[in-house]
Amino acid sequence: MTIQQIVFIVFALIITAGGVGVLVQRNPLYSAFSLILSFIGLAAMYILMGAQFLGVIQIVVYAGAIMVLFVFVIMLLNVRDDELHPDRHKYLLYIGVPLGLGLIAEVFYVVTRVQIAPAITDMHATGTVGTVERIGVGLLTEYLLPFEATSVLILMAVIGAMHLAKREKE
Amino acid sequence: MNSLLCSALFFLFNAAQAAQQALPEDGGGPLAGLKQAGTVNFVVLAGLLFVVGMAGVLTRRNIIVIFMSIELMLNATNLNFIAFARYWQLQGSLTAANGQMFTLFVIVVAAAEAAIGLALILAHYRNRKTVEVDEIDLLKW
Repeated sequence: MTIQQIVFIVFALIITAGGVGVLVQRNPLYSAFSLILSFIGLAAMYILMGAQFLGVIQIVVYAGAIMVLFVFVIMLLNVRDDELHPDRHKYLLYIGVPLGLGLIAEVFYVVTRVQIAPAITDMHATGTVGTVERIGVGLLTEYLLPFEATSVLILMAVIGAMHLAKREKE
Repeated sequence: MNSLLCSALFFLFNAAQAAQQALPEDGGGPLAGLKQAGTVNFVVLAGLLFVVGMAGVLTRRNIIVIFMSIELMLNATNLNFIAFARYWQLQGSLTAANGQMFTLFVIVVAAAEAAIGLALILAHYRNRKTVEVDEIDLLKW
Protein backbone atom coordinates (compact mmCIF):
# COMPACT_ATOMS: atom_id res chain seq x y z
CA MET A 1 0.00 0.00 0.00
CA THR A 2 1.58 3.21 -1.15
CA ILE A 3 1.45 6.54 0.62
CA GLN A 4 -0.98 7.84 -2.01
CA GLN A 5 -3.43 5.05 -1.27
CA ILE A 6 -3.26 5.75 2.46
CA VAL A 7 -3.87 9.46 1.85
CA PHE A 8 -6.75 8.57 -0.46
CA ILE A 9 -8.41 6.30 2.08
CA VAL A 10 -8.03 8.79 4.93
CA PHE A 11 -9.46 11.70 2.98
CA ALA A 12 -12.15 9.54 1.37
CA LEU A 13 -13.34 8.66 4.86
CA ILE A 14 -13.27 12.35 5.85
CA ILE A 15 -15.25 13.33 2.74
CA THR A 16 -17.81 10.59 3.25
CA ALA A 17 -18.17 11.38 6.95
CA GLY A 18 -18.68 15.05 6.12
CA GLY A 19 -21.30 14.26 3.49
CA VAL A 20 -23.17 11.90 5.79
CA GLY A 21 -22.93 14.56 8.50
CA VAL A 22 -24.77 17.01 6.24
CA LEU A 23 -27.48 14.42 5.89
CA VAL A 24 -27.95 13.39 9.51
CA GLN A 25 -27.34 16.57 11.53
CA ARG A 26 -30.57 18.09 12.83
CA ASN A 27 -29.13 21.58 13.23
CA PRO A 28 -28.47 23.29 9.86
CA LEU A 29 -25.38 24.98 11.29
CA TYR A 30 -23.80 21.62 12.08
CA SER A 31 -24.71 20.50 8.58
CA ALA A 32 -22.79 23.49 7.21
CA PHE A 33 -19.75 22.63 9.32
CA SER A 34 -19.87 19.02 8.10
CA LEU A 35 -20.00 20.33 4.56
CA ILE A 36 -16.88 22.44 5.18
CA LEU A 37 -15.11 19.31 6.45
CA SER A 38 -16.15 17.50 3.28
CA PHE A 39 -14.90 20.37 1.08
CA ILE A 40 -11.52 20.42 2.79
CA GLY A 41 -11.19 16.69 2.17
CA LEU A 42 -12.09 17.26 -1.47
CA ALA A 43 -9.40 19.93 -1.74
CA ALA A 44 -6.89 17.36 -0.51
CA MET A 45 -8.18 14.94 -3.16
CA TYR A 46 -7.69 17.54 -5.89
CA ILE A 47 -4.12 18.14 -4.77
CA LEU A 48 -3.56 14.37 -4.68
CA MET A 49 -4.69 14.25 -8.31
CA GLY A 50 -2.27 16.98 -9.33
CA ALA A 51 -4.83 19.79 -9.52
CA GLN A 52 -3.05 22.13 -7.14
CA PHE A 53 -4.75 25.31 -8.30
CA LEU A 54 -8.22 23.82 -8.00
CA GLY A 55 -7.38 22.47 -4.56
CA VAL A 56 -6.57 25.97 -3.37
CA ILE A 57 -9.64 27.38 -5.15
CA GLN A 58 -11.78 24.74 -3.46
CA ILE A 59 -10.67 25.96 -0.05
CA VAL A 60 -10.74 29.68 -0.82
CA VAL A 61 -13.99 29.82 -2.80
CA TYR A 62 -15.98 26.85 -1.56
CA ALA A 63 -14.94 26.30 2.03
CA GLY A 64 -14.31 30.02 2.40
CA ALA A 65 -16.64 32.30 0.48
CA ILE A 66 -19.64 30.11 -0.30
CA MET A 67 -19.82 28.46 3.10
CA VAL A 68 -19.47 31.82 4.86
CA LEU A 69 -22.56 32.86 2.88
CA PHE A 70 -24.41 29.75 4.02
CA VAL A 71 -23.44 30.12 7.67
CA PHE A 72 -24.32 33.80 7.55
CA VAL A 73 -27.80 33.12 6.19
CA ILE A 74 -28.40 30.28 8.66
CA MET A 75 -27.48 32.55 11.55
CA LEU A 76 -29.45 35.47 10.11
CA LEU A 77 -32.63 33.43 9.76
CA ASN A 78 -32.06 31.70 13.09
CA VAL A 79 -33.83 28.61 11.79
CA ARG A 80 -34.97 26.01 14.26
CA ASP A 81 -33.77 22.45 14.23
CA ASP A 82 -35.30 20.12 11.73
CA GLU A 83 -37.86 17.98 13.50
CA LEU A 84 -38.39 14.42 12.56
CA HIS A 85 -41.83 13.63 11.25
CA PRO A 86 -41.86 9.84 11.26
CA ASP A 87 -45.62 9.60 10.88
CA ARG A 88 -45.80 11.61 7.69
CA HIS A 89 -45.49 9.73 4.41
CA LYS A 90 -44.80 6.47 6.15
CA TYR A 91 -45.38 4.51 2.95
CA LEU A 92 -42.63 6.47 1.20
CA LEU A 93 -40.09 4.75 3.45
CA TYR A 94 -40.89 1.40 1.90
CA ILE A 95 -40.51 2.82 -1.60
CA GLY A 96 -37.58 5.11 -0.93
CA VAL A 97 -35.22 2.73 0.84
CA PRO A 98 -35.28 0.05 -1.91
CA LEU A 99 -34.97 2.72 -4.58
CA GLY A 100 -32.02 4.32 -2.77
CA LEU A 101 -30.29 0.99 -2.33
CA GLY A 102 -30.99 0.28 -6.00
CA LEU A 103 -29.34 3.56 -6.99
CA ILE A 104 -26.25 2.75 -4.93
CA ALA A 105 -26.16 -0.75 -6.44
CA GLU A 106 -26.41 0.74 -9.95
CA VAL A 107 -23.51 3.11 -9.32
CA PHE A 108 -21.48 0.28 -7.87
CA TYR A 109 -22.35 -2.05 -10.76
CA VAL A 110 -21.43 0.45 -13.46
CA VAL A 111 -18.17 1.31 -11.76
CA THR A 112 -17.09 -2.29 -11.25
CA ARG A 113 -17.98 -3.26 -14.83
CA VAL A 114 -16.17 -0.39 -16.45
CA GLN A 115 -13.11 -1.43 -18.41
CA ILE A 116 -10.07 0.74 -17.99
CA ALA A 117 -8.00 -0.14 -21.04
CA PRO A 118 -4.42 0.42 -19.93
CA ALA A 119 -3.30 -0.26 -16.41
CA ILE A 120 -2.23 2.82 -14.48
CA THR A 121 -0.06 1.77 -11.62
CA ASP A 122 1.40 5.16 -10.81
CA MET A 123 -0.91 7.26 -8.66
CA HIS A 124 1.53 10.09 -8.84
CA ALA A 125 0.30 12.78 -11.18
CA THR A 126 3.18 14.09 -13.19
CA GLY A 127 3.37 17.06 -15.48
CA THR A 128 2.12 20.58 -15.13
CA VAL A 129 -1.55 20.28 -16.02
CA GLY A 130 -2.88 21.63 -12.74
CA THR A 131 -0.53 24.53 -12.24
CA VAL A 132 -1.60 28.16 -12.18
CA GLU A 133 0.35 28.76 -15.37
CA ARG A 134 -1.46 26.13 -17.42
CA ILE A 135 -4.88 27.08 -16.06
CA GLY A 136 -4.19 30.77 -16.69
CA VAL A 137 -2.98 30.20 -20.25
CA GLY A 138 -6.02 28.04 -20.92
CA LEU A 139 -8.37 30.65 -19.50
CA LEU A 140 -6.99 33.44 -21.67
CA THR A 141 -6.66 31.49 -24.91
CA GLU A 142 -8.92 28.52 -25.51
CA TYR A 143 -11.49 29.37 -22.86
CA LEU A 144 -11.53 33.14 -23.30
CA LEU A 145 -15.20 33.33 -24.35
CA PRO A 146 -16.53 31.21 -21.45
CA PHE A 147 -14.27 33.21 -19.13
CA GLU A 148 -15.81 36.50 -20.25
CA ALA A 149 -19.31 35.01 -20.16
CA THR A 150 -18.62 33.96 -16.58
CA SER A 151 -17.76 37.55 -15.73
CA VAL A 152 -21.15 38.68 -17.05
CA LEU A 153 -22.83 35.86 -15.12
CA ILE A 154 -21.19 36.94 -11.88
CA LEU A 155 -22.17 40.56 -12.49
CA MET A 156 -25.76 39.44 -13.04
CA ALA A 157 -25.62 37.30 -9.89
CA VAL A 158 -24.35 40.24 -7.82
CA ILE A 159 -27.05 42.60 -9.09
CA GLY A 160 -29.74 39.94 -8.78
CA ALA A 161 -28.76 38.97 -5.25
CA MET A 162 -28.69 42.61 -4.16
CA HIS A 163 -32.10 43.24 -5.67
CA LEU A 164 -33.65 40.10 -4.22
CA ALA A 165 -32.30 40.56 -0.73
CA LYS A 166 -33.09 44.27 -0.60
CA ARG A 167 -35.78 45.20 1.87
CA GLU A 168 -38.75 46.80 0.15
CA LYS A 169 -39.60 50.34 1.14
CA GLU A 170 -42.77 50.62 3.13
CA MET B 1 -34.18 5.97 7.49
CA ASN B 2 -31.12 8.19 7.53
CA SER B 3 -29.14 5.88 9.74
CA LEU B 4 -30.10 2.96 7.52
CA LEU B 5 -28.88 4.80 4.47
CA CYS B 6 -25.63 5.76 6.18
CA SER B 7 -24.87 2.25 7.26
CA ALA B 8 -25.57 1.03 3.72
CA LEU B 9 -23.21 3.65 2.32
CA PHE B 10 -20.44 2.77 4.71
CA PHE B 11 -20.91 -0.91 4.02
CA LEU B 12 -20.65 -0.39 0.27
CA PHE B 13 -17.61 1.80 0.68
CA ASN B 14 -15.84 -0.79 2.79
CA ALA B 15 -16.92 -3.50 0.35
CA ALA B 16 -15.33 -1.56 -2.50
CA GLN B 17 -12.08 -1.27 -0.60
CA ALA B 18 -12.14 -4.93 0.42
CA ALA B 19 -12.92 -6.10 -3.11
CA GLN B 20 -10.01 -4.06 -4.32
CA GLN B 21 -7.60 -5.66 -1.88
CA ALA B 22 -8.91 -9.19 -2.29
CA LEU B 23 -8.21 -9.40 -6.00
CA PRO B 24 -5.31 -11.45 -7.34
CA GLU B 25 -2.36 -9.66 -8.79
CA ASP B 26 -3.01 -10.42 -12.43
CA GLY B 27 -6.51 -9.02 -12.23
CA GLY B 28 -9.25 -10.21 -14.50
CA GLY B 29 -12.92 -10.66 -13.75
CA PRO B 30 -15.57 -8.02 -13.29
CA LEU B 31 -13.63 -6.15 -10.61
CA ALA B 32 -10.52 -5.71 -12.73
CA GLY B 33 -11.06 -1.96 -12.92
CA LEU B 34 -10.86 -1.59 -9.17
CA LYS B 35 -7.49 -3.24 -8.98
CA GLN B 36 -5.80 -0.35 -10.68
CA ALA B 37 -5.42 2.16 -7.92
CA GLY B 38 -6.60 5.46 -9.18
CA THR B 39 -9.37 6.70 -11.39
CA VAL B 40 -11.95 4.09 -10.43
CA ASN B 41 -11.50 4.77 -6.73
CA PHE B 42 -12.18 8.44 -7.29
CA VAL B 43 -15.23 7.62 -9.40
CA VAL B 44 -16.59 5.34 -6.67
CA LEU B 45 -16.05 8.11 -4.13
CA ALA B 46 -17.79 10.62 -6.42
CA GLY B 47 -20.71 8.21 -6.83
CA LEU B 48 -21.02 7.85 -3.07
CA LEU B 49 -20.90 11.61 -2.59
CA PHE B 50 -23.56 12.11 -5.25
CA VAL B 51 -25.83 9.52 -3.62
CA VAL B 52 -25.39 11.16 -0.21
CA GLY B 53 -26.25 14.54 -1.70
CA MET B 54 -29.29 13.14 -3.47
CA ALA B 55 -30.46 11.48 -0.25
CA GLY B 56 -30.14 14.88 1.44
CA VAL B 57 -32.21 16.56 -1.25
CA LEU B 58 -34.91 13.92 -1.00
CA THR B 59 -35.13 13.45 2.76
CA ARG B 60 -34.47 16.84 4.36
CA ARG B 61 -37.15 19.51 4.64
CA ASN B 62 -35.04 22.54 5.48
CA ILE B 63 -34.43 24.39 2.23
CA ILE B 64 -30.93 25.51 3.26
CA VAL B 65 -29.87 21.93 3.96
CA ILE B 66 -31.33 20.89 0.59
CA PHE B 67 -29.24 23.62 -0.98
CA MET B 68 -26.11 22.35 0.77
CA SER B 69 -26.87 18.84 -0.49
CA ILE B 70 -27.01 20.22 -4.02
CA GLU B 71 -23.55 21.70 -3.45
CA LEU B 72 -22.42 18.24 -2.37
CA MET B 73 -23.70 16.78 -5.64
CA LEU B 74 -21.92 19.50 -7.62
CA ASN B 75 -18.71 18.59 -5.84
CA ALA B 76 -19.19 14.94 -6.74
CA THR B 77 -19.27 15.90 -10.42
CA ASN B 78 -16.20 18.09 -9.90
CA LEU B 79 -14.37 15.11 -8.45
CA ASN B 80 -15.33 13.09 -11.52
CA PHE B 81 -14.08 15.81 -13.86
CA ILE B 82 -10.71 16.02 -12.14
CA ALA B 83 -10.36 12.24 -11.88
CA PHE B 84 -10.84 11.83 -15.61
CA ALA B 85 -8.64 14.85 -16.36
CA ARG B 86 -5.92 13.10 -14.41
CA TYR B 87 -6.64 9.86 -16.24
CA TRP B 88 -6.13 11.53 -19.61
CA GLN B 89 -3.09 13.32 -18.28
CA LEU B 90 -1.53 9.98 -17.39
CA GLN B 91 -2.46 8.78 -20.87
CA GLY B 92 -0.42 11.63 -22.27
CA SER B 93 -3.33 13.55 -23.74
CA LEU B 94 -2.58 17.11 -24.79
CA THR B 95 -6.04 18.38 -23.83
CA ALA B 96 -5.85 16.99 -20.30
CA ALA B 97 -6.49 20.39 -18.72
CA ASN B 98 -10.04 20.50 -20.11
CA GLY B 99 -11.51 18.66 -17.14
CA GLN B 100 -9.93 21.09 -14.71
CA MET B 101 -11.22 24.02 -16.74
CA PHE B 102 -14.74 22.63 -16.50
CA THR B 103 -14.33 22.26 -12.75
CA LEU B 104 -13.22 25.87 -12.49
CA PHE B 105 -16.35 27.03 -14.31
CA VAL B 106 -18.54 24.75 -12.20
CA ILE B 107 -17.10 26.35 -9.05
CA VAL B 108 -17.72 29.85 -10.40
CA VAL B 109 -21.30 29.05 -11.41
CA ALA B 110 -21.87 27.40 -8.03
CA ALA B 111 -20.76 30.61 -6.33
CA ALA B 112 -23.21 32.66 -8.40
CA GLU B 113 -25.92 30.09 -7.74
CA ALA B 114 -25.31 30.20 -3.99
CA ALA B 115 -25.56 33.99 -3.94
CA ILE B 116 -28.83 34.04 -5.90
CA GLY B 117 -30.33 31.06 -4.11
CA LEU B 118 -29.60 32.38 -0.64
CA ALA B 119 -31.00 35.79 -1.61
CA LEU B 120 -34.18 34.04 -2.76
CA ILE B 121 -34.36 32.12 0.53
CA LEU B 122 -33.92 35.39 2.45
CA ALA B 123 -36.63 37.15 0.41
CA HIS B 124 -39.00 34.24 0.87
CA TYR B 125 -38.34 34.02 4.59
CA ARG B 126 -39.10 37.71 4.91
CA ASN B 127 -42.53 37.18 3.35
CA ARG B 128 -43.61 33.80 4.68
CA LYS B 129 -41.45 33.27 7.78
CA THR B 130 -40.52 29.70 6.90
CA VAL B 131 -37.68 27.65 5.40
CA GLU B 132 -39.55 24.35 5.39
CA VAL B 133 -40.15 23.15 1.85
CA ASP B 134 -43.43 21.51 2.83
CA GLU B 135 -44.82 24.89 3.81
CA ILE B 136 -43.73 26.61 0.60
CA ASP B 137 -46.90 25.74 -1.30
CA LEU B 138 -48.23 29.02 -2.66
CA LEU B 139 -48.26 27.70 -6.23
CA LYS B 140 -49.91 24.41 -5.25
CA TRP B 141 -53.40 24.33 -6.83
